[in-house]
Amino acid sequence: MKAAAFDYSRAASVEEACALLARHGPDARLIAGGQSLVPMMAMRLVRPAVLVDIQRIASLNEWRVEKDFLCISACVRQNVIEREAALSEAVPLLGKAIRWIGHVQTRNRGTVGGSLAHADPSAELPLVVATLGAQCIVRSFRGERTIGSESFFTGPMSTALQADECLVEIRLPIWGAGRIGTSFEEVAIRHGDFALVAVAAQVALNAHGVCERAALGVGGAAPAPVAFPDLSRHLVGTQLDDAAMQAIADTLAKRVAPMSDLHASAAYRRHLAHTLTLRTLRAARDEALTRS
Amino acid sequence: MHHITLKVNGVTRSGEVNARTTLVDFLRDTLRLTGTHVGCEHGICGACSVLLDGEPVRSCLIFAVQVEGQSVTTVEGLAKPDGSMSVLQDSFCETHGLQCGYCTSGMLIAAHALLASNATPSEHAIRDAIGGNLCRCTGYQQIVEAIQLAAKRRAGGER
Repeated sequence: MKAAAFDYSRAASVEEACALLARHGPDARLIAGGQSLVPMMAMRLVRPAVLVDIQRIASLNEWRVEKDFLCISACVRQNVIEREAALSEAVPLLGKAIRWIGHVQTRNRGTVGGSLAHADPSAELPLVVATLGAQCIVRSFRGERTIGSESFFTGPMSTALQADECLVEIRLPIWGAGRIGTSFEEVAIRHGDFALVAVAAQVALNAHGVCERAALGVGGAAPAPVAFPDLSRHLVGTQLDDAAMQAIADTLAKRVAPMSDLHASAAYRRHLAHTLTLRTLRAARDEALTRS
Repeated sequence: MHHITLKVNGVTRSGEVNARTTLVDFLRDTLRLTGTHVGCEHGICGACSVLLDGEPVRSCLIFAVQVEGQSVTTVEGLAKPDGSMSVLQDSFCETHGLQCGYCTSGMLIAAHALLASNATPSEHAIRDAIGGNLCRCTGYQQIVEAIQLAAKRRAGGER
């Protein structure tokens, strides 16, 4: 054992989990899959006095496809995205991102909500959520509120969640049928490592190949995953030709704020953000063109 | 202390654990099942891989108290009922798929889970399946060959 001592409580319901959080405040942490939290505890970067286990709460292990949203409860494991085709059919970007996430052993255990609440700036699921502008549903003894992805991620390993709040559901927008193309690319030192930089893109084309809607986001190049809705809007009305994409990539690379660390310099991360933006936009466009 | 009961290699086992006792420490120190190795203890090396309800997981990233009532298979559970090696284990010997042996139990668990879901894996699928397991001896090539050999032998009816 490497973690500091703590008390363990298994919550039977979201209400019970929220009550425990309300009672213990910042001394308590939620655990579901534990694939981010337990390493932090092993290194004693996190030393909760109370661990509230929410992984067996039935209502947190469901997902459903609504008309406009794919709703994934917080404790749904990442491997469900691999196994249940309906999730990727509703939100194809999820299917593209999942193969970049960790390894089979961690995806079998790690949860969708856990990755979001941990909020590593290089992680894949937060980037998908940020890119598509998903909604995060959180609950506490005070009630329920919805946080848009643009304000959910506040910095490295930091979110808008208060100490007494539990993330319960993520609502990812469904773009509907049509000529949709998606792409997710990243560069990491080894496959399964956290990305140096990752880029996600989703586009919708009309029958003439003209872009009607676009979404673009970058991870690992700022304190939190960041979407660029204004740049995406500039792509609308174009045929996603090289000139249009080059202009977007140039601007994006100027606006990201990467840091230097042991793994890569800020300049290299900026270069990757530019290159991967071009690569994902092209791939998303080419995929959309194959659809009728 | 928490009292936990779980099924390990088909046998119901129970014990008293601190909340912070990891599953790998419970398996090794309490149940004395030392085939599962403990390496980095923070989810990087894969040496501690076990099957939890049939799926490969890292037992250093799970507290034993969390798996109450669940089913765990360790490397000891992969051998045949008479204690002799499975085709997969034997294939690791045949192809020299191990040297020091530290990663081997984790590799076997990862490979076993792969072959259970994919009887004819491509080399890419094999490398992906063991991508979360570090080996500092073999260079991985012989491990890939071991899993390929096991798949071939299993297709021929061996178990």
